[in-house]
Amino acid sequence: MIEFEGVGHRYGDRVVLSGVDLRVPERRVAFVGSNGSGKSTLARTVNGLIRPTAGRVLVDGLDPARDGRAVRRRVGFVFANPDSQIVMPTAGEDVAFSLRRSGMSKRERTERSIEVLAEHGLGGYADHPAHLLSDGQKQLLALCSMLVLEPAVLVCDEPTTLLDLRNKRRFVELLHTLDQQVVMVTHDLDLLTGFDRVIVLDAGRVVADDAPGPALRRYRELAG
Amino acid sequence: MTGGWYEPGTSPLHRAPAGAKLLALLALAATVLTLHSPLLLGGVCAVIALGYASARVTPRRCLRLAVTLTLLVAFVFTIQGLLLGPAAALTICLRLVAAFSAAELFTVTTRVDAVVSAVENAMRPLRRFGVRPDRVGLTVGLTLQAIAALSSIAAEVRQAAIARNAGFSVKALVVPFLIRTLRHSDELGQALTVRGVDDRP
Repeated sequence: MIEFEGVGHRYGDRVVLSGVDLRVPERRVAFVGSNGSGKSTLARTVNGLIRPTAGRVLVDGLDPARDGRAVRRRVGFVFANPDSQIVMPTAGEDVAFSLRRSGMSKRERTERSIEVLAEHGLGGYADHPAHLLSDGQKQLLALCSMLVLEPAVLVCDEPTTLLDLRNKRRFVELLHTLDQQVVMVTHDLDLLTGFDRVIVLDAGRVVADDAPGPALRRYRELAG
Repeated sequence: MTGGWYEPGTSPLHRAPAGAKLLALLALAATVLTLHSPLLLGGVCAVIALGYASARVTPRRCLRLAVTLTLLVAFVFTIQGLLLGPAAALTICLRLVAAFSAAELFTVTTRVDAVVSAVENAMRPLRRFGVRPDRVGLTVGLTLQAIAALSSIAAEVRQAAIARNAGFSVKALVVPFLIRTLRHSDELGQALTVRGVDDRP
């Protein structure tokens, strides 16, 4: 369960979030809004990448601003640009990197990485140079590097921005099969079929909070 | 390094421990610096060539190295030949070829993960002086990864400049390159935080 209590954030004089109060127990939740609406900032408060300047966030009762490490073990995060998330030269090494403090032996880490890659459509790519994967594969790799840690929550910040239609669909289908609670930030309305709850943000405030149908009608009205 | 990466294989060179290979590489680089005889240096190059054969490096990879080395050697030989004469230029070029191709052979046959672990192990005794071996190892890994990341940024920036007919403008290349590099480092920092790198064990 993710809770936002009066969350606000500002950069200097510029207010990017204000008065966000939400309780989010649903399994499939989306933050929708136009560019600059504050949706990415809000998502980054969930694992403490951004500490809100007002209010607080709780993930299963833990505040990421205080217990960052414990929260980050519970919350995986996938960014828009897979290039900057991949930190090791080959796909297998990158997944194994996530496990470096798991207490597993090197061999167990390698084997587990190969398994996770295979489970998510990257079987046979463990030794492949990560920077030579397609954008779709890179984003799958970024996802694998998070899922190998078995987080309870997965936050995805516009994960399909750089993907073509087919890869986008594959990625979203994959998300739907996961056990994790998924929080997805997007302005791509095609992705939201099957979501339990859509929260629409505009100018840093929640302006709609509903099932996908009504919430997206509101979003379309805002876009004019 | 010529921008290549590990290629899987089962040759003895692939299976040799990374730390030993790294030390051998450093020793070889130091040795070629002390050698002057073109004959001996040529011998070293021949041994390295045998290493390529035993590791079954793909012809494509060898060709790419050959192209890079030819360009480099042509450039260095011209300048050094004019300054120091052909004999000295030959020595310098043979040293370059030996050091470069040995480094590339190391890259082709060694997983970065293994290099990182070897460096971490070597640093372990320094822990009592406040050195954190995992950090040193991570730095090595990230440095290698940064080469790929920065070269792709450079290629994109260059293409964007050409698209706007600014292919020869230094400003159109340097400014976006720096900005995108800084942005990349920001994003990378966040990605590392997300994966718990900042968190002490």
